[in-house]
Amino acid sequence: MSSKYDVLVIGGGNAALCAAISARRGGASVLVLEGAPKFYRGGNTRHTRNMRCAHDAATEILTGPYTEEEFWEDLLRVTGGQTDEVLARHMIRESKDILNWIVEQGVRWQPSLGGTLSLGRTNSFFLGGGRAMLNALYLTAEKLGVEVEYDAQVTDLVIEDGMFLAARLKRPIKGDTEICATSLVAAAGGFEANIEWLKQYWGEAADNFLIRGTPYNRGSILKMLLAKGVQEVGDPTQCHAVAIDARAPKFDGGIITRHDSVVFGIVVNKHAQRFYDEGEDIWPKRYAIWGRLVAAQPDQIAYIIFDSTVVTSFMPTLFPPIAGQTVAELAGKLELDPAALEKTITEFNAAVQPGTFDHTILDDCRTEGITPQKTHWARRIETPPYLAYPVRPGITFTYLGTRVTREARMLMADGKPSANMFAAGEIMAGNVLGKGYAAGMGMTIGSVFGRIAGREAARHAKN
Amino acid sequence: MHGTRILDEADRLMTVCNSCRYCEGLCAVFPAMEMRRAFSDGDLNYLANLCHGCGACYVDCQFSPPHEFNVNVPQTLAIARAESYAAYAWPQALSGAFARNGLVISIVAALSMAAFILGFAALNDRSVLFGVHTGPGAFYRLMPHNAMAALFSAAFLYAIFALVMSVRAFWRDIGPPIGGRADGGSIFQAMRDAGELRYLHGGGVGCYNEDDKPTDRRKLFHHLTFYGFLLCFAATSVATLYHYLLGREAPYPWWDLPVVLGTLGGIGLVIGPIGLFAAKMRRDPALLDEQRYGMDVGFIAMLLLTGFTGMLLLLLRETAAMGPLLALHLGAVFALFITMPYGKFVHGIYRFAALVRYAQERRGEAGS
Repeated sequence: MSSKYDVLVIGGGNAALCAAISARRGGASVLVLEGAPKFYRGGNTRHTRNMRCAHDAATEILTGPYTEEEFWEDLLRVTGGQTDEVLARHMIRESKDILNWIVEQGVRWQPSLGGTLSLGRTNSFFLGGGRAMLNALYLTAEKLGVEVEYDAQVTDLVIEDGMFLAARLKRPIKGDTEICATSLVAAAGGFEANIEWLKQYWGEAADNFLIRGTPYNRGSILKMLLAKGVQEVGDPTQCHAVAIDARAPKFDGGIITRHDSVVFGIVVNKHAQRFYDEGEDIWPKRYAIWGRLVAAQPDQIAYIIFDSTVVTSFMPTLFPPIAGQTVAELAGKLELDPAALEKTITEFNAAVQPGTFDHTILDDCRTEGITPQKTHWARRIETPPYLAYPVRPGITFTYLGTRVTREARMLMADGKPSANMFAAGEIMAGNVLGKGYAAGMGMTIGSVFGRIAGREAARHAKN
Repeated sequence: MHGTRILDEADRLMTVCNSCRYCEGLCAVFPAMEMRRAFSDGDLNYLANLCHGCGACYVDCQFSPPHEFNVNVPQTLAIARAESYAAYAWPQALSGAFARNGLVISIVAALSMAAFILGFAALNDRSVLFGVHTGPGAFYRLMPHNAMAALFSAAFLYAIFALVMSVRAFWRDIGPPIGGRADGGSIFQAMRDAGELRYLHGGGVGCYNEDDKPTDRRKLFHHLTFYGFLLCFAATSVATLYHYLLGREAPYPWWDLPVVLGTLGGIGLVIGPIGLFAAKMRRDPALLDEQRYGMDVGFIAMLLLTGFTGMLLLLLRETAAMGPLLALHLGAVFALFITMPYGKFVHGIYRFAALVRYAQERRGEAGS
């Protein structure tokens, strides 16, 4: 049994749905294959909350203009230049229109959420969050006549000379099938939930990683495409990783397990030693580096340690801090060497210089005479109860992907563009993001290239 | 730890939600939550009564079941809300009425209507009971106006007093507003928010009831019910003024104000509750407080019974059925009055109080 569509979209997140809607609006018949069950549909989009789009003036929900040039400079800074300038500038230009286009697809915006004022000018937030955004896209897609199949496990892609012919689908209930389509849009995300694959680059340390999204982001489509001659892009060790609570579930803890309290205390490893300047930079940069820093520590565990004077300085946390009336008691609860932790805190306290604390700027509270230094926001940890959050690397998404053109068309290993294969979203994010990250860019990549991929896939199918 | 299992669960959820905040644009509950880092029993009862049950946060939540975090805010707050009605009921001795509310309401309604029928039969001659009465004072040939006014005023005043005592306990328990200020503006704001059901809107797109599509019509049916009830109340009030100030006795002709108001209100009180009941039957069990099914349906049935018997009385008031129908209608209204503090009616009172508190907090926040 087989069936035939103009456009087959593999994946079920923001990029996939934007592609499906745009292809359907271009007149194509469209089937979406989502590997997850309906509740878990949408990959990492489930956990997102905003998108970074360029705009020339303030809007109802954005506090001021964010020009294409400024967006480009931000991208250049976070990636350290590791980006495809032509593609990135194209994406930024297209992002301006996405602000309106996505609303036409039923998505609603709201001003930045409480606690995220720093993004109020640059990022548009989804009313109700990422799942609300997905729900709106799915409703629109279904109204337009896009077909969607959940729990769809693609076992093979039939590709000849850079030309997609069919996808093989394993279906426990309805029976295996082959789906032919004139064009393919691959929008099936990265491989962050595939621990075995992560181990190829990270070794046994990957066993201690927590995955912030669903267990369905296994990268099987990416693997098939690379194995069948699609050109690879991006550093396979690069990923978006933040420090999240070590008590979080292995998968799908989402945003609520994050910790943003690093700047208010110190961070020690399992030997109760500090290992990095906790006051290096303000949010969001400081936020996105700590995953990799913790990944480099023994057993991939660390502890944010602070005292009772700062507990209301950051957002309330899902897991309560672990508390001790003395440093030794806290160390005991964390199973750290009490003497070592006391020594670290005593030395840190002695090194703190007088200054005026202001967490909104790079203030003058710093240490002197210890390594590593804490260059800002350094205050003594001396008011019991002493508190701690255990943290592990939380992997959000990976950067290894398929190389694409401005039309979101995949490039084959020999450099030739594929006749009918397109990619959008995380599966091709590495084209734009060589490394680093700025909030909301994943969704920009997904919506912009999803819309382009769908349009081009439909154009190819209808010619 | 809180006094009850459901408040413990509400506390757990508010802790989860407070570290996420994706839903803050959907309604009043989440912004009110964000003003707090810890939650007392009173805080949780406040949030529970602020929730209108639109269902949007359940459909939008990435952590709702089957996710292991099992975040189900609408259901949890629905249960907490119902338990808060019992917790604040006055006198406390009657708080048990909320436990098997459907049964209690049914029995009271049945007894009340039976009492009016028996009373009418015992105190009136058979020819009067089944006679045809027309013209001014027709109703009062079956029950003297003063007796009617005294009985219903007493029932109504008792209900008001019990409600005031209950909401006073609630108001004290939820404590002073966070950074807020108590002024008339907050009450006016709450009247607007309640009057237009501002937070029964799923964040603007509509409410959810049976599935993940915002197609719910409860807002419309609630408006029909609520404004139908108010119109009926206005009809009675105008009629009372006619009686005492103008000396004009009921029944009034169909075009007169009390009848016009009562007819419009009666239509609302028939269509609205039927629509709400149909929505209740279709509601996703995941959103429903199934334990309180009897309370919800009991109240809907009481309103429907009141509206339906009233409309029937209007249509057949010039026939021999008027006497028995008047007994049934008065029985229904009497039961509605005396069960007001011990049934779903209180949801409107507590929610209004919660909206006043919320308006105070928002105005305090904006002013600071």
